[in-house]
Amino acid sequence: MEWETVIGLEIHAQLATKSKIFSGASTAYGAPPNTQACAVDLGFPGVLPVLNKQAVRMAVIFGMAIEAEIAPYSVFARKNYFYPDLPKGYQISQFELPIVGNGHLDIQVNGVSKRIGVTRAHLEEDAGKSLHEDFHGLTGIDLNRAGTPLLEIVSEPDMRSAKEAVAYMKKLHELVRYLKICDGNMQEGSFRCDANVSVRPKGQQEFGTRAEIKNINSFKFVEKAINFEVERQIDILENGGQIVQETRLYDADKDETRSMRSKEEANDYRYFPDPDLLPVIVEESLKQEIKAELPELPEAKKQRFKDQYQQDEETASQLTATMEMADYYERVVKNANCEAKLCTSWVTGTLLGALNKAGLEISDSPIEAERLAGLLQRIADNTISGKIAKQVFEEMWQGNAGADEIIEAKGLKQITDTGAIEVIIDKIIADNPAQVEQYLSGKDKVFGFFVGQVMKATQGKANPGEVNKMLKDKLK
Amino acid sequence: MALTAENVNSIAYLARLGIDEKDVEAYAKDLSGILDLVEQMGSVETEGVLPMAHPTDQPQRLREDEVTEHDQRDYFQKLAPQVEAGLYLVPKVIE
Repeated sequence: MEWETVIGLEIHAQLATKSKIFSGASTAYGAPPNTQACAVDLGFPGVLPVLNKQAVRMAVIFGMAIEAEIAPYSVFARKNYFYPDLPKGYQISQFELPIVGNGHLDIQVNGVSKRIGVTRAHLEEDAGKSLHEDFHGLTGIDLNRAGTPLLEIVSEPDMRSAKEAVAYMKKLHELVRYLKICDGNMQEGSFRCDANVSVRPKGQQEFGTRAEIKNINSFKFVEKAINFEVERQIDILENGGQIVQETRLYDADKDETRSMRSKEEANDYRYFPDPDLLPVIVEESLKQEIKAELPELPEAKKQRFKDQYQQDEETASQLTATMEMADYYERVVKNANCEAKLCTSWVTGTLLGALNKAGLEISDSPIEAERLAGLLQRIADNTISGKIAKQVFEEMWQGNAGADEIIEAKGLKQITDTGAIEVIIDKIIADNPAQVEQYLSGKDKVFGFFVGQVMKATQGKANPGEVNKMLKDKLK
Repeated sequence: MALTAENVNSIAYLARLGIDEKDVEAYAKDLSGILDLVEQMGSVETEGVLPMAHPTDQPQRLREDEVTEHDQRDYFQKLAPQVEAGLYLVPKVIE
């Protein structure tokens, strides 16, 4: 039988606020345990949560970027369960009235565009961390993360393959970083994903029973975890079994998913509106203000790069993958004052190649956009050839000198004195009568030999275009 | 509405309350009585009335995103039964 995979993702994006969602404790990563857990985060009796303005603003920014409905009135609810890293015995979340409603995100897989629905996005607080290493048979609890603001983004079950799920997750990751509402650091858990996966016979309308795979922390693992889970479910169904609705954990070391909780113990969260927090009102004026400040979004930027700089889909995607990359490129274009094509080939080829090799991000590039632009200017105005430029690039990578300084210091300027080149050409023609004979008898290939000889004699400093022209004249 | 003994046990489990088996019948009866009392509200016409979760008709106040709380770990941990390396220690929760 042919099976169809159905996937929906729940993504938790940690909002990049300075302080927690309901308290004034810091959210900075990596502090010693419990030094950023205040009385509110610890759930002490008598404390009151007060909502962080910036967290609300960031949720609205996200909602506007996915063209979602922003709820003018949303409510916080308590999600009740017991776990030691949740000191209050409930997590403050949103249930019936989330701040962000229906929106969407477009993904591209194999050159085909597809619209993925976003059901909702709601604000909630993160829990602490449990450390299960050996503390004499006890568990250690660090509550620094407790109360960190999260935006939980829930998709529609619109994805039909692990590849689509990865594309959606990447798109969302790119978007939250563009919007500067989440740092997207997956190692530190700032961007986490749970996947709801089910299969059904192709053509069937109803969904199959789903399993929820928890806490997948990389794009690679999302794909592997989903593929494993799909195989597992098909295997069970084809052997006459039934899928149990359950939560499963992906084990990256073994590349498998395994059951976390069975249905019998399924949590009954008993959501109810939190009496400590009043309804959140988002005024129309806030929406207007945010709309005006929204940056150019990845999709729009990519389209603009294609139009404005004549780039193909792949190049435009590469150069707009992050805001930093796109800004770097545009600074090069602006300062180089030459054809965009030259900038594109140097940034995607030479620069990204060198960064890749060195394992560096664009933001760590040893050559700033302005310095690279300086080099490209000298190629464009024929001061140096592309070949010499590579040499200058190497020098720039090693130090802080600008292209002009290096060209000057190393005497790399192209020889523009046609008289000097003429002398060299005459000598080469005189020294190589056999080759001249061959060329004149129609063997055009020999022409390359002459160009090579001239470049060698000038240490690459002659303008190749000029040399070609002069040689053609001389060899008539 | 009549709660069963099973309902009472599951509610007690969710709230992590240890209850005596011999009291279950009585709890079932009392809790059912409370539900019956509340159920009378079902007879009121509420079509078109928005649910009200809070008694005041005010929006949530928002605070500026500033760090105002500083480290008081030693002070807070004085209350904890057991701490080590800055962590609160609790009975092991998973095998």
